[in-house]
Amino acid sequence: MDFLQPTSWLDALAVKSERPEAMPIAGGTDVMVELNFDVRRPAALLDLTRVPELAEWAVYDGRVRLGAAVTYTQVIAELTDRLPGLAIASRTVGSPQIRNRGTVGGNLGAASPAGDSHPILLAVDAEVEAASVTGTRRIPVAEFFTGVKRHALRPDELIAAVWVPAATGPQQFCKIGTRNAMVIAVTAFAIALHPERRRVGTGFGSAAATPRPAPEAEEFLSQALAEEGLWESRAAPRDSVVRRFGELVADAASPIDDVRGTAGYRRHGLQVMARRAFTWAWNDYRKA
Amino acid sequence: MRVTCTVNGERQQADDVREGESLLYVLRERMGLPGSKNACEQGECGSCTVYLDGAPVCACLVAAGQAQGRDVVTVEGLTEGEDLDPVQEAFVEAGAVQCGFCTPGLVVATHDLLRRRRRPDDTEVREALAGNLCRCTGYEKILDAVRLAADRAADRVAG
Repeated sequence: MDFLQPTSWLDALAVKSERPEAMPIAGGTDVMVELNFDVRRPAALLDLTRVPELAEWAVYDGRVRLGAAVTYTQVIAELTDRLPGLAIASRTVGSPQIRNRGTVGGNLGAASPAGDSHPILLAVDAEVEAASVTGTRRIPVAEFFTGVKRHALRPDELIAAVWVPAATGPQQFCKIGTRNAMVIAVTAFAIALHPERRRVGTGFGSAAATPRPAPEAEEFLSQALAEEGLWESRAAPRDSVVRRFGELVADAASPIDDVRGTAGYRRHGLQVMARRAFTWAWNDYRKA
Repeated sequence: MRVTCTVNGERQQADDVREGESLLYVLRERMGLPGSKNACEQGECGSCTVYLDGAPVCACLVAAGQAQGRDVVTVEGLTEGEDLDPVQEAFVEAGAVQCGFCTPGLVVATHDLLRRRRRPDDTEVREALAGNLCRCTGYEKILDAVRLAADRAADRVAG
């Protein structure tokens, strides 16, 4: 195994182009587990912790460009105001030790159906900035996940950043697990209200082969809120609307039975989380 | 490969390090610092918690090469000469140590918490220690130890 340690972004891209089989590593919170248990023996490790550009974030025209190696601890400390949903999700990741190392870019690279950052990135229409020596492209997060732990990156590409629109309304994230820390989600749900567009965004995890949005649920709820003038009046929608929203979110899932929970439990959990998360977010909207 | 870093204030060097080896393995097996414990090797238990450039991390999840040139502080580095750190003293006095395997990680995690929060409330303590598992104590004595260490630190500042 080779240990490749570029010290600039251009070098990192050159190395990835020459050694497309190299496994990128940043916080190591997924990659090192696989190495420690000999689940994977990559020909090379490509350490990205020496690339300063990746650890930075900046705001351009209402969108946060979050460098791929920005840690969860940084998101919580520095971006709770602009990216409240991602910050809530980040607080549920692992433990303080894990949040100090783990990165949103690494979460995307691992592409687990249970990735904690994925549901909210779907709900806000984030984009993954993928780069190689030949150029840069942006991939909508909804198109990024292609299967269990599979993503749309080419072998010569690295994740440079994720573009996350700054929140224009309340956002929420819920996750079911056996305890508060160190939990792989049994299932998870995120919601973002976009009052300026009169739209609701959703995302869920651990209830299909990939993290997914629930477009029919989004469409139903956005229409129901608009038809009754609730974005303007800020009144509470009828219970039947909120219940139907929960059902449509659960309908968008195709969960499996596994050691963490049954498909039926996951569907039920999604319904409940969708109702609750929307209610919390709507209550915040009413107060705002 | 060769890995050189600062550990507990001293420059340390390890040779013939395997590329996929963890910082924890290097500390324990190559640098003779067995304080950080190897239990789960997947970041679940916190027994290997060390400071890496001032931030507490699981040493089992840091690739050795990632520590090149960095500053590492292990539980061994918290003592001043023969004197235990006040957090270590509090763990002893509160009876927060049974088998002792989780203790180094909990001591480093508590040390970090009390650097950041002089008077953490119980929720903050539980949150800060959520990444450290103990299978003996039931945690109550550990919480006592954290409160004792916090009280003493506050007294020292006040006194």
